[in-house]
Amino acid sequence: MLKRKIGKIGKIALGFAAALTAGAALTTAGQARDLTVVSWGGAYQDAQKKVYFEPFKKAAGLPMNDESWDGGIGVLRAKVQGGAATWDLVQVESDELAVGCEEGLFEKMDYSRIGGEAAYIPPAVNPCGVGAILYDFVLGYDKDKLKTAPNGWADFFDTKKIPGKRGLRQGPKTTLEIALMADGVAPKDVYKVLATDEGIDRAFKKLDTIKSDIVWWKAGAQPPQLLASDEVAMTSVYNGRIDTANKNEKKNFGMVWDGALFTLDSWVILKGSPNKDAAYKFLDFAGKPENQSKLSENIAYGTSNKDAAARLQPAVLKDLPTAPDNIKNAVEINVGFWLENIDRLTERFNKWAAK
Amino acid sequence: MTAASVTGADAPTEVPLKRRLKRAERARQLKALALVLPLLLYLLFTFAGPIAGMLWRSVDDREVRQILPQTVAALAGWDGKDLPNESAYAALASDILAARASGTMAIAAKRLNYALNGFRTILTSTARNLKAVPEPGTAKETLGKINPAWRERATWTTIKDASGPLTGFYLLAALDLVRNVDGAIVAAAPDQAIYRSVFARTFIISLSVTALCLILGFPVAYLLATLPPGRSNLLMIFVLLPFWTSLLVRTCAWIVLLQSKGVVNDSLHWLGIIDEPLRLIYNRFGVCVAMTHVLLPFMILPLYSSMKAISPAYMRAAASLGAPPVTAFLRIYLPQTLPGIGAGSLLVFILALGYYITPALVGGAADQMISYFIALYTTETANWGLASALGAVLLLATVLLALLYGKLVQGQQVTGGMKN
Repeated sequence: MLKRKIGKIGKIALGFAAALTAGAALTTAGQARDLTVVSWGGAYQDAQKKVYFEPFKKAAGLPMNDESWDGGIGVLRAKVQGGAATWDLVQVESDELAVGCEEGLFEKMDYSRIGGEAAYIPPAVNPCGVGAILYDFVLGYDKDKLKTAPNGWADFFDTKKIPGKRGLRQGPKTTLEIALMADGVAPKDVYKVLATDEGIDRAFKKLDTIKSDIVWWKAGAQPPQLLASDEVAMTSVYNGRIDTANKNEKKNFGMVWDGALFTLDSWVILKGSPNKDAAYKFLDFAGKPENQSKLSENIAYGTSNKDAAARLQPAVLKDLPTAPDNIKNAVEINVGFWLENIDRLTERFNKWAAK
Repeated sequence: MTAASVTGADAPTEVPLKRRLKRAERARQLKALALVLPLLLYLLFTFAGPIAGMLWRSVDDREVRQILPQTVAALAGWDGKDLPNESAYAALASDILAARASGTMAIAAKRLNYALNGFRTILTSTARNLKAVPEPGTAKETLGKINPAWRERATWTTIKDASGPLTGFYLLAALDLVRNVDGAIVAAAPDQAIYRSVFARTFIISLSVTALCLILGFPVAYLLATLPPGRSNLLMIFVLLPFWTSLLVRTCAWIVLLQSKGVVNDSLHWLGIIDEPLRLIYNRFGVCVAMTHVLLPFMILPLYSSMKAISPAYMRAAASLGAPPVTAFLRIYLPQTLPGIGAGSLLVFILALGYYITPALVGGAADQMISYFIALYTTETANWGLASALGAVLLLATVLLALLYGKLVQGQQVTGGMKN
């Protein structure tokens, strides 16, 4: 996502700032203040302003302000436990949603006030939050440079069929899933296989086959640059980045949706928010298919309402993660698995890389 | 106090003078202290304090204590030989229920999961399935039924080991060591033992970069110090311009130069020297090239200032006494530049140890230095104990090396006043 670019420094600074403001315990708590919505900033928040924030202010006649943040469960902890939460609604990533839910940082989501659970796609429904956008790691390549278009991860690992280097995100997350799918594991079974030691061995064995041809990227901005400079023939990449490169830089990049890995960002209401009613009104507004479809027209993210996709032009829909054809064979990144195994597998991944 | 008031029988007359001198001296010292006090306080609060706080995290281990207090108390008397008794099970059950109600379970689960992979699931599944406090005498059975892991000794030794309030767990992990079920310190599992080799890699890269900087920087500094001022100033600008340019910009420039369709490969290809592009980036070579370029000014400037101070008359005198140029250089010139070599090398080496951005952008997965892991555990997985333990080991190794270095070159001016 866009926020990856700003990344670490911002996160740390924000953490300090949050700790400071929480420590200062400003006396705004308890006083009436306007609804405050927090999202990821950048082009994404501009789109949200246009299709959600401004129209909501007009439609509901409620004042609200929006801020941006950089992620990090520590920031939310400081906000809630400092007893002076100045935020009401925050958009969080899936691991922040899971951990914050376990720690009781969020209000339980009352779906009866936002159109009912049945209105949303199943991965978007969570006891502590509601999905806002859905985005993918896809296989990206440059249509102008490849003679044969790849069909999926198996081709990604086949350097005979399609010569050239491959880009993957440094670290075990997403890399091991991709290796297993390339080795013939069906998308729906990936985490079942990965939960066993044999499965992990199998993934690393598959990675061994193209080890010397992998270029490891670290930030979301890198893969399009690797493709553009012809450093790699194919790479794993966020779907939104491919879209942006095609629209703004006149590139001709292609995506393979088969075996893509998707994840969601969700809206949560911070525990103890004094503006719960206004927050639910906003979520109801932002959950409506007619509003959500406008977001996808502005930025290439899928949205959470079941009926939003149907309202889009076919030309827009075909590049969205939520298009029926695109999500058919996609796997949701398993948050629980990675919360439990990230440290151990990071060590193992680095051991393997250094060999 | 006046001089007249201290006239002992045998007091020599200069005592009052001495005292007065001392007093004047003390006043001057106080004045000096008052002048540096703001900076001292600033450093204490913004630098020493946070560093100490961060180092403290590498031994601090209070999460499990706070979240499972009864269990920790019940296990205090347990010898770890067999499974704990019924009371420990009952204590755990009521702790789990309390933690579930307060939503703190995740914090304890995270800490225990570091030591025993899968502990998150054990705790969360138990919390989900434990409906109420078990009847007296049935806690062991109930918990064992919910999750067979509670029948394992290792599950309980993990909790006992994480009872805090202080722990060696993170520091051991930073050195690829663990405590086994019986509490003995043993080597970590082979596929998890990476930190020693990462430290070694960090030191090797830093040493290579220091050596490269010295080899490339010495002639440049010599040229700068011996050319007439007009031309040396022009050269100096060439040294300083990159020095003033952002590190990120210079690193990205190397990506453009070294990538497979980059300037260097294209030129070599055009000249017919190579058919296939060479791999110059995303590997160790790229890291060393980019880091050397970025750190070169830190070597050149101290060398230049030490060479500026050497009078050319010495070399002329050596030559007139019949020394061949090489001998004159080795025995007269080189020893006088040692302080500059020392200061430059130490500066470059210590800066290189902590490098993060450059290896992250131009290195491969096998070229990441320790800073990458510290950043990863700080921001991504939020394992602050391990991050600060790795930082502590790096700090200690660096200080030891600097001291050793100070001993080797035996010069106070070289180590920046660090005495051995």
